[in-house]
Amino acid sequence: MADTAFAGLVDKHQKGLLKDWLAAQKRDGTSRDPSAEAANADLARQVLDQLSKGAAGGRLDDTTAPEWAPMREVLEDFSRARATQGFNPTETAVFVFSLKEPLFDMLRREIGADAEQLGRLTWAVTRLLDALGLYTIECFARTREEVIGRQQQELLELSTPVVELWDGILALPLIGTLDSARTQIVMENLLERIVESGAEIAIIDITGVPTVDTLVAQHLIKTISAARLMGADCILSGIRPQIAQTIVHLGLELNVVSKATMADALRLALRRTEKVIVDRAKALGTED
Amino acid sequence: MSEIPILKIGDCLLVSIQVDMHDRLAMALQDDLTQRIVSDRARGVMIDISALEIVDSFIGRMLNNIAAMSRVLDAVTVVVGMRPAVAITLVELGLALTGVRTALNVDKGLAMIRGIIDNAEHADAHRDR
Repeated sequence: MADTAFAGLVDKHQKGLLKDWLAAQKRDGTSRDPSAEAANADLARQVLDQLSKGAAGGRLDDTTAPEWAPMREVLEDFSRARATQGFNPTETAVFVFSLKEPLFDMLRREIGADAEQLGRLTWAVTRLLDALGLYTIECFARTREEVIGRQQQELLELSTPVVELWDGILALPLIGTLDSARTQIVMENLLERIVESGAEIAIIDITGVPTVDTLVAQHLIKTISAARLMGADCILSGIRPQIAQTIVHLGLELNVVSKATMADALRLALRRTEKVIVDRAKALGTED
Repeated sequence: MSEIPILKIGDCLLVSIQVDMHDRLAMALQDDLTQRIVSDRARGVMIDISALEIVDSFIGRMLNNIAAMSRVLDAVTVVVGMRPAVAITLVELGLALTGVRTALNVDKGLAMIRGIIDNAEHADAHRDR
């Protein structure tokens, strides 16, 4: 009963609450961009609106109740926008928590005479705002995770190009660490391209692979074996001195032709496919 | 029982596997193939597995066996037309078919066999001199 009275109070003092809340937000610094103030005020009005509507249901202790659904939606949109705009979690949470002070002030003014009622309502409102704040943070984190997941996916796709260097010669410049998931994609891409282009030689360049341990070596061997089963020979290139030492120290046996640089690998590949690149200046010079 | 046809192309034999292999069929194929290598004096054997969507350890072992048998009869074996998915599965299973030569398609397989035979003859000619 008293809880529905709270809804009435919020409705009655909406203007004052809004003003105090925006002032509190400004003081606590939840918004970096002064130009977003109008949008912020609009959003705050919506939240207060939904607060009185939700509280009218009388269930301040259960924000999962259906009458709070519009409120959850508003907060969800808000936290999603904040997450994509690059706000940090504190700034996002303070938006909701800064509403406590104006609400408590209002309650004290209205029912300050009735100490028991005031204490009960203050506690209920604290719980309510905590729940709403936590929900906001949860949405914020979820949006962040979605962004991270999407970026991971994009990184996977971006970082495994298969380049056609010459007729029948493919190059696979690997960048970043090779884990199982990436190896799978790299392998699939390479094999698909071997079928498409009918290439007989694939140069795997590991200049961009920071470290080669036993696991990475095993993934490399798998890729090389799979390419061989498709009838393409692999040449490993871009082995840095440090990595050459690691490979020997670990006792890894790659069983593949390896070259220090991509240029050497290409030279070998051209020789194997019986192609010659001629330096024109030199060729003309010897003719004279 | 169905039988796997063996086609002759020049001095090469082409075996195209298009049905599920089982023990009996594999034995029959090894029998037929070794017979044909001898009777046709074949120098190369091509096994086309482009129709196979699943290659298990059993087929892997059969391919290895055929390659070994052909080698004894002085014929080169090339497995051609393996699908990407099959190649990945075989590698994940740890079956890299190290004893078998591979090529992308029949065309390239034929060229590969030609190259190997020519090389061998070249080396023989050198030794004779």
